[in-house]
Amino acid sequence: MPKYKFTLNQQAIVTPDVAKDTPLLWVLRDALNLQGTKYGCGKGLCGACTVHFNGSPTRACQLPVEAASEQKITTIEGLATADKLHPVQQAWLDLDVPQCGYCQAGQIMSAVSLLENIPQPTDEQIEQMMSGNICRCGTYNRIKDAIKVAAGIKDDSIYRIDIK
Amino acid sequence: MELFNVNRRNFLKMTGISAGGLILGWSVPKFAIAATADNEHSLNAYLLISTDNTITLFSPNPEIGQGVKTALPMIIAEELEADWQAVVVKQSTIDSKLYKRQAAGGSRSVNVSWDKLRYAGASAKLMLIKAASLEWQVAEAECFAENAHVIHKATQRKLSYGELAEKAALLDVPADKQVKLKSVNEYNLIGKRVGGVDNAAIVTGQPLFGIDQQIPNMLYATYAKCPAYNGKPISANLAEVKQQPGVIDAFIIKGSRSPRQLPHGVAIVGTSTWAVFKAKQILKVKWDTKKAAKDSLTQLQAQAGKFALHDKGDQALLTQGDVKQGFKQAEQTVSSLYTYPYLAHTPLEPMNASAWYTGDALHIWAPAQIPQGGKSLAAKYCKLDESKVVFHQTRVGGGFGRRLANDYVMEAVAISKQIKQPVQYVSTREEDTTHDHYRPSAFFKMKAGIDKQGKISAWQEHFITLGGNKKAGGPAGRILPEFPAPLLSNFELTQSLVKSRMPIGAMRAPISNGVAFPLQSFLHEISTAAKRDHLEFLLEILGDPVWLKPNNKDSLHTGRAAEVLKLAATKAGWGKPLAKGQGMGIAFYFSHSTPVAQVVELSVDSNKKIKLHKITVAADAGPIVNLSGAEHQCQGSVIDGISIAMGQEITFTNGVVEQTNFDDYPLQRINGIPEIEVHFIQSDFQPTGLGEPALPPTAPALCNAIAAATGERVYQLPLNKSGFSL
Repeated sequence: MPKYKFTLNQQAIVTPDVAKDTPLLWVLRDALNLQGTKYGCGKGLCGACTVHFNGSPTRACQLPVEAASEQKITTIEGLATADKLHPVQQAWLDLDVPQCGYCQAGQIMSAVSLLENIPQPTDEQIEQMMSGNICRCGTYNRIKDAIKVAAGIKDDSIYRIDIK
Repeated sequence: MELFNVNRRNFLKMTGISAGGLILGWSVPKFAIAATADNEHSLNAYLLISTDNTITLFSPNPEIGQGVKTALPMIIAEELEADWQAVVVKQSTIDSKLYKRQAAGGSRSVNVSWDKLRYAGASAKLMLIKAASLEWQVAEAECFAENAHVIHKATQRKLSYGELAEKAALLDVPADKQVKLKSVNEYNLIGKRVGGVDNAAIVTGQPLFGIDQQIPNMLYATYAKCPAYNGKPISANLAEVKQQPGVIDAFIIKGSRSPRQLPHGVAIVGTSTWAVFKAKQILKVKWDTKKAAKDSLTQLQAQAGKFALHDKGDQALLTQGDVKQGFKQAEQTVSSLYTYPYLAHTPLEPMNASAWYTGDALHIWAPAQIPQGGKSLAAKYCKLDESKVVFHQTRVGGGFGRRLANDYVMEAVAISKQIKQPVQYVSTREEDTTHDHYRPSAFFKMKAGIDKQGKISAWQEHFITLGGNKKAGGPAGRILPEFPAPLLSNFELTQSLVKSRMPIGAMRAPISNGVAFPLQSFLHEISTAAKRDHLEFLLEILGDPVWLKPNNKDSLHTGRAAEVLKLAATKAGWGKPLAKGQGMGIAFYFSHSTPVAQVVELSVDSNKKIKLHKITVAADAGPIVNLSGAEHQCQGSVIDGISIAMGQEITFTNGVVEQTNFDDYPLQRINGIPEIEVHFIQSDFQPTGLGEPALPPTAPALCNAIAAATGERVYQLPLNKSGFSL
């Protein structure tokens, strides 16, 4: 079995030996010890495994590790800098978005991509771009609000938490 | 309730502990040990205070997304006068002797813990105040606690909890009657919007969930079960499977008599999850289906259809007055047949658990709703004393009732027992969807008489339940009496059972999640036939404020019910003029001791496409602990309710479930979700849970709104069967 080289969260890495058809999801989780990217459906239906592949939101359960070779991958673990969360992560905290939290890494990765492409999205654009990510707990109202907060869109009806 | 009272020296003598802090339990059992560092001191089972003033609070119940890992410690912190910003929250160990009920189910965590945790915080505070008063040689009454410090009023001397902890831990735990709890107007934390304690770890992708656990030298496994429920493997191409890349072993596991405990199956063990998932694709098993379910949904439905020809079933469940007489008084009668389907739970974190059987001990890491049950089952299976089993509670990626059974925990345990190595077992989504314990389907033959005043003169209900192989009950039964039964003079509820061996289980707001739809829809059919305003009609039935079971505060209080209906209606603008094609529907339900009313405002176009404009929720769950979490649970329940109503249905043929993943079993996505406004009546009653009771009213409120907008009554869920889409 081969090893693969790619840029993971701004660092050049080499994987241990893995089968070439192994989805990136399982290479991240089982071989590289990054458990933030989640398994939900294995068919690209739920979005829990969303990562950025050369900057584009991609389902890691559908991307063979071979295809990631020499490419740039960013996961939920690579969004924040050493001392600062990404504005989307911060908005998720300020609005207390998670319930069980299992889907949220994928939601955040999709939201970051959305704002990189459309810095001031409309409600319809948010719905369209986030419709690939399932939240079984139903945190959609807060996801929508948190994206607006991260985008700096003013909306007085949005509640923020009182105490962290 | 009394805190167990023991002095430190006796405790050490009795338990043989020589160092470290100690944790006092409640009256039964008497002792517990906390593994504490030298600088940490325990004043009871729920908290540790370290000399640097760090306060660790233990949350005993599983966190499944319902928010208790935040809400329960908030209750302790409030009474303790801890500084929430400086508090560390940890999941407690699983110890039924120390913590009693450590389950997530029935929306009971806050309700059951409310007094216990308030006393835990308040009595520890009292011990800290006493320690300070002894230090300063002043009266306790001259001191008060604030922000994790004790202060002497007159001299403004101040000691931190950390400085006092060691001495406080030596003091007797005060009796409950010596402890004064705070009143609502003294709360600084309870009632605020507080962020979830694991949020920072969640948004940065830190390992928290069952599936994230990493154990040194851990192998990976998956498990194949018979497509027909409770089939048994006879043989399999194990040699071929073992030759697959990354596969280390493959073997048959004999299950228990009840597949809810440990189902029969074939385990594949390997060096990565992908290796075993891939090998599972070439696994060929010869199944013994003698004891497997052989039911087909179409046959069950045909039998139900025969029962539905009759207004009465074989078994009487509840009778009041005389329905025959009631129908004689009727000016008109309404008769309808309602049905809802089987459903799967589909929490987003798949079934998984990690286990490490060493021969004389067992460790389990699992996302579970009833970890104590899993621990007992595992101990029996491995023939170990329960003291040799450690159950590590992880965060749970959704429960919804699926993880009330510990089958997946036992699958991991059985695999580790066989290979005697640490193993992480992960089920595929397909295996999960086809091997659930399903919410059972039912049919309702309803008939009502309406008198001259537009009131219900008779209610006859024939409940036809699919599920249960011998008798109805459990998740295929009823919770009686349900609204409006006890408030009607002439009422008859009978039952017929369509026997089925398909596995059924409790799902979020069990029973209520289905029954609310026919009952609350039929009430609207009646008020529509009587040409009455539905809100006014419901309020008339509720009548004067009374407890339906006298002196039982977990029963429906008609006054509380009326108040949530009125509040939801007012906030939603009930009765305001609406455009053509627009409609409002209202529904009310009472489950898990919490009355909830909802108003759905929507419009429907000529292609039956629904646009939801707004959903308004009003609930009375007593004092709200975490406003952010409480609102979250109501919004999430409503979205779950929409999800169920729109397009979910489990079907099966010859005992084999036909849906496998989110393409054929769709969960609601973000598109089309409207604003969901939540209002609470913060009454003085003991707080009740909110994880479930806001789900049942959604489907009937939605269908009542569709009826108002289009004139079309929905008799069958999911709505896509009648051509509706969102």
